[in-house]
Amino acid sequence: MTALGKLLRTTAFKIIAVYLIVFALFAMAVIGYLARHTQALVVSQITETIDAEIKNLQEVHADGGIGRLIDVIAARAQQPGSNLYLVTSFNGAVLASNVTDIDNVTLSRQGWSEISYRRTDEAADSLHDSRALVRVAFIGGFRVLVGRDIEERERLREILATPARWSLAVIVLLGIAGGVFVTRRVMKRIDNMTATSEQIMRGDFGGRLAVTGSGDEFDRLANSLNAMLGRIENLMGGLKHVSDNIAHDLKTPLTRLRNRAEEALRKNQTEKELRRALESTIEESDNLIRTFDALLMISRAEAGEVRKTMIDFDAAEIARDVAELYEPVAEEGGLKLGIDAPDALPVRGSRELVSQALANLIDNAIKHGGTTAGSKVTVAARKSGDRIQFTIGDRGPGIPEADRLRVLERFVRLEESRSRPGAGLGLSLALAVAKLHGGDLRLEDNSPGLKVTLAIPAQPVQTKGT
Amino acid sequence: MRLLIVEDDREAADYLKKALREAGHMAEVANDGDTGLAIALDESFDVLVVDRMLPKRDGLSLVSDLRSRGNETPILILSALGQVDDRVTGLRAGGDDYLAKPYAFSELLARVEVLARRRAPNSADTVYRVGDLELDRLSHQVTRGGEEIVLQPREFRLLEYLMRHAGQVVTRTMLLENVWDYHFDPQTNVIDVHVSRLRSKIDKGFAKPLLQTVRGAGYMIRDGAR
Ligand SMILES: Nc1ncnc2c1ncn2[C@@H]1O[C@H](COP(=O)(O)OP(=O)(O)O)[C@@H](O)[C@H]1O
Ligand SMILES: [Mg+2]
Repeated sequence: MTALGKLLRTTAFKIIAVYLIVFALFAMAVIGYLARHTQALVVSQITETIDAEIKNLQEVHADGGIGRLIDVIAARAQQPGSNLYLVTSFNGAVLASNVTDIDNVTLSRQGWSEISYRRTDEAADSLHDSRALVRVAFIGGFRVLVGRDIEERERLREILATPARWSLAVIVLLGIAGGVFVTRRVMKRIDNMTATSEQIMRGDFGGRLAVTGSGDEFDRLANSLNAMLGRIENLMGGLKHVSDNIAHDLKTPLTRLRNRAEEALRKNQTEKELRRALESTIEESDNLIRTFDALLMISRAEAGEVRKTMIDFDAAEIARDVAELYEPVAEEGGLKLGIDAPDALPVRGSRELVSQALANLIDNAIKHGGTTAGSKVTVAARKSGDRIQFTIGDRGPGIPEADRLRVLERFVRLEESRSRPGAGLGLSLALAVAKLHGGDLRLEDNSPGLKVTLAIPAQPVQTKGT
Repeated sequence: MRLLIVEDDREAADYLKKALREAGHMAEVANDGDTGLAIALDESFDVLVVDRMLPKRDGLSLVSDLRSRGNETPILILSALGQVDDRVTGLRAGGDDYLAKPYAFSELLARVEVLARRRAPNSADTVYRVGDLELDRLSHQVTRGGEEIVLQPREFRLLEYLMRHAGQVVTRTMLLENVWDYHFDPQTNVIDVHVSRLRSKIDKGFAKPLLQTVRGAGYMIRDGAR
């Protein structure tokens, strides 16, 4: 496609072309209207003068008869720049005049007409083509013609037409030039955007669209596209991080799995031993599946896919339910599980994911924080400002401040917890769930122990009756 | 029991067929959605096991097509997608239960057996009986040998579910899904602890234990004498 073809096809250019046509038509209409009116004015001036003159001539005829009339006309006809005069007898003999070549039809009836003429003092072969507006009147049996050259009118037309043509040309030229200029600018920015997008599509997710700072619609577009790109880059980064983690952290249990199977094959084993080896292989692969599921769940929460299945539910009820689910386990471990969630707390979100996040936190409190017998785990759900806060506290060893951010990452488990079951994904999911709901997850010192706060925005109170 | 397995992975289908036969059930196999639909319409089965992703016609469309033609055979949907929203779409299409791949065969077997013996909703009994254990669903009273047993609301629902499926294996996941309405992995043996609590209330002090653990599968309540 040629550069010109490309230019002509742009929306900006098409819009400008339409504007241009409309504007040119409008300008022509205005000029045409003006021209018409000035011409009408000139013509009416001419007719008024001629009417006055004829009236005057009628008076002259009434006062002094035909002889006086002819005298007056002859005198007037001699004056330079005079009107046009012609007096004939009724049978056509010219009595006085300063024009010739008037056709008989014109003279045969009274009234107005526009004719071509020649002055008597002009050469017969003169190329000058003069036109005049004339009135014929019958005065006392004579035909009297009074007229006036309308060159003035024609000149006026010229005077108006020339600038009109010029200004039209200027409008069109300026319009086209402006159109090309504006379109080229717009096109340049769009071309830039296209180039950047192509670069991004080739895999450079760091690329961003240029923002000029003028705050125009292109800037707004670029800004929101950039925000979108940022989000994609984050997700991609997360994905890459996940795949790196998977590579590292799933290889360990896979190796274990493989070793176990190999060992079962290698040694001369009894059937019972073989069974045991197979059973533990299945157990190990179940753990792997669970880890995979947890990873999937986290990336789903991070991608925000679950948002479409969000529902309204009572956060306090969820807290009570999940705590109740874990209460027997806590009791079995010699722990007391206290629940404090008295008031209904309406929220909108994923009931399933929030429950799972709470389950993970309570599980942690029992598993990692319940190591000293007789200690206590507390689960609370409260409203604080415009947020719902779930707080899970324990009286265990807690997490050193330096590690509190690190443990939120996938697969991170502190040294002293390695012997306990788990994959190190529980807190990562809780964090992803908090973020999915527009909230956050905080780990604090419970002195002693750990206090985890999961906060999500509360549902704004609905007005009743809707 | 007669089943139809609609699954395009032949190895998985054959494995299922064989394992079901060992458990005493007959299974037919269809390897794509169109064949599956044709067979399901043509013959009668106790349960259909339908993979969600199938060639020619996907599992969900097979299920909704069957339902729109008035076929009410219980359907278990299998899927590699195990997340909440996938479950919801699966059940909305007309499936009766949903199981994520990979699954333990014992899990599938338990679910299929429960589906096959699912009661018609209007003929629900108000009193469940297993041996001398009685559960009244209206008055929420539980008695054993005529003596009242006091249960927490959740324990009552747990027992109710177990008794509704008396004589059938009920897995931990089934309990978590049906009694608690959760579909996630609780990471710990929470269900076991709940069941053993319940067991201590209904079986302790009685000669004949009713609530049994089925190794590698789950739990079952039944009158052991039979
Ligand atoms: N309540 C707690 N008390 C002490 N340490 C904790 C607590 N909760 C979490 N942790 C630490 O954070 C790590 C990550 O937790 P999590 O992501 O839930 O993984 P997992 O529980 O599978 O180990 C744990 O391994 C443990 O070291
Ligand atoms: Mg954990």
